[in-house]
Amino acid sequence: MHKFIQQKGKALVYLFVAAIFVALLTGTIKAAIGFLLVFGVPLYFMTKMPEYATTGERFSRYMFLVISSSILVFLITPVIIIIPLSFNAEPYFTFTEGMLSLDPEAFSTRWYMDILHNGMAAPQAIEGWWADMWENAQWIKAARNSFFIATVSTIIATSLGTLAALGLSRPEMPYRALITSLLISPMIVPLVITATGMFFFYSGIGLAKTYAGVILAHVTLGVPFVIITVTATLSGFDMSLVRAAQNMGANGWITFRRIIMPLILPGMISGALFAFITSLDEVVAVLFIADVDQRTIPRQMFSGIREQISPTILSVASILVLMSVILLTVLELLRRRSERLRGMSPG
Amino acid sequence: MSSADLTLTEDGIPLKQKLARTTALQRRRALLLTLPLVLFLVVSFVIPIGQMLFQSVHNDKVSAVVPNFAEAILQWDGQGLPPESTFEIFVKDLAKAKQVREVGRTVGNMATRINYEMPGSRSLFTSTARKAKKIEAPYKENLIKINKKWANPAIWLTIQRAARDITPAFYVAALDLKYDKNGEVVQADELYQIYLNNFMKTIWVSALITLICILLAYPVAYLLSVLPLRQSNLLMIMVLLPFWTSLLVRTTAWIAILQTEGIINDILVFLGFITDDGRIQMIYNQTGTIIAMVHILLPFMILPLYSVMKTIPPSYMRAALSMGAKPIYAYRKVYLPQTLPGLAAGTLLVFILAIGYYITPALVGGEDGLLISNLIAYHIQKSLNWSLGAALGTILLVVVLVLYWLYNKLIGIDKLRFG
Repeated sequence: MHKFIQQKGKALVYLFVAAIFVALLTGTIKAAIGFLLVFGVPLYFMTKMPEYATTGERFSRYMFLVISSSILVFLITPVIIIIPLSFNAEPYFTFTEGMLSLDPEAFSTRWYMDILHNGMAAPQAIEGWWADMWENAQWIKAARNSFFIATVSTIIATSLGTLAALGLSRPEMPYRALITSLLISPMIVPLVITATGMFFFYSGIGLAKTYAGVILAHVTLGVPFVIITVTATLSGFDMSLVRAAQNMGANGWITFRRIIMPLILPGMISGALFAFITSLDEVVAVLFIADVDQRTIPRQMFSGIREQISPTILSVASILVLMSVILLTVLELLRRRSERLRGMSPG
Repeated sequence: MSSADLTLTEDGIPLKQKLARTTALQRRRALLLTLPLVLFLVVSFVIPIGQMLFQSVHNDKVSAVVPNFAEAILQWDGQGLPPESTFEIFVKDLAKAKQVREVGRTVGNMATRINYEMPGSRSLFTSTARKAKKIEAPYKENLIKINKKWANPAIWLTIQRAARDITPAFYVAALDLKYDKNGEVVQADELYQIYLNNFMKTIWVSALITLICILLAYPVAYLLSVLPLRQSNLLMIMVLLPFWTSLLVRTTAWIAILQTEGIINDILVFLGFITDDGRIQMIYNQTGTIIAMVHILLPFMILPLYSVMKTIPPSYMRAALSMGAKPIYAYRKVYLPQTLPGLAAGTLLVFILAIGYYITPALVGGEDGLLISNLIAYHIQKSLNWSLGAALGTILLVVVLVLYWLYNKLIGIDKLRFG
């Protein structure tokens, strides 16, 4: 065993010979595949490790790889698994036998159509279908609300947050620690508490059950992300550039517009994306202060999960996963650009 | 006078003074930049929280419904029964209040308020209010004739306590205490001890979730930090994609996976570990809450750990090993201490987020998975005992703020990064 594990190259041959032997002995291919999975894969990986490693080290290293990859699988599986489930032809939350045998009959896009049809006056009508869908379909209405609220709150949160981050990263900023912790606290204070306070206060001043109230809440919750990302970008910012610009006669606005903003733009955009996704995903504040008119996608999902759970929720969820993939790609590209701009790493 | 003090700038002002002036100006400018956001948050966030704190000690349901009586009963010395004059004001106020239909100002609202402190007394008020118009002098005698409970001094003591607008009564309730017959604060009956138990459960569940997150995050963060950049970036997607995905989506996914007709149970039945009617209940209980919350909070542990581990040079461990340390000893003495900042950051962050979690327990918690946030929401939205909800919220807020302060002290909130 010891020698075997420390041999390179030959191991693969030995394993296959052993597998064939197992197959002959038991008479089934399944047993051979099982043998390869249980013994073959670990042994093969162990032989691939550096020559100086002892058998014990190889074994623990392999165990480590198995454990950490299963944790990664635990992280990603729930997000991925809902996508095939959402194409279920049956109203179930699990894979039917037809789906497992890849029968095309078992798959359908009916739940995606249901997103549009749910709430429509006449889903089968041909005339006026689009107008009906746009006006009446519940999910479409929720999506319109979500995007409207998220866009407006992102714009406010990003502009106010960037301005504040600029102040916070100046070396002469007084009470920096205190103000930073105040500005980040909406992220730390439990959402239920924030929402309760907002519910009391906004009801008193007539902001409850209005778009303005929900937007105010979402700006508050999005601001910490903008502060964190923009101050992070500014931490590597070369202040002499500002002095150089001012030296050459640029005023504050021009310095910001032409020098600071292009350099911190990646940070601003990722902060904005964080604020956007926070608003798009927020449901507690909406539960407390919004009315039916301000129903957002997460609010609709929340009541969907609570009341009449159907695979429609899974298809909405799949669309949202697709959106996160797009957002993540944009963020990654921005991060690379930012690093390139600041000369941190090539490419 | 030293020569430094006399150094003048071009416009004739001493250098020291000019410098101080410029610094002050710069400080003011920096402060001015943060001002709009600070003002915004004061209105949208700080004042609302303050309002919640106020609500937790303030309840005017008695003095708003029967104002004259509230004033009178506060004069009473608490011995025996209140005087006849107080009874008269009570009956007249009650008759007047019966006409009011405005939400929050009805006899029902007052009765509910007193009922919190004296369970079962609600109908006493509503039924008496219906007859209040017909009650005549002597008021004390006639009132007791209608319902002999009015002869009980305890009810008048309770009303007197409730007549105060500023009251600690809701903290008394939130801490599983109650007032006894003589107005002393004592422990509530075991049956009614809900909140402290729930606080304990919330802390315990959050600690468990944090511990599981540490155990799961450590190997992953280590793997990501030692792999070449190209591979670790690829694996990083597996951490970041869930992090970026809506938590409602992730909760839905866990329902699909864990429910009795779900994927895990199907696999177990297929493999023959359980029979078709022996399917395991894994969701809509505490187990489901913990699994889903670990999944949701795990990235908050992995990311700070990873960012710290990435900065630890591998040569330290190699040096320790080459000098003859056993791997476990070297790990414990050399590697682990260097990861402590990341570990502390992740632990505090996950614990803070877990302790105030609402959505996931509300959706998959069933009965025994509910946490303190769910109780707060229940009092604000369903039972409408806002002051109790606010008192529970304030206690939770204090716990979180202490942890936040600790985080700031140990790590510094400005060190927080995403991705």
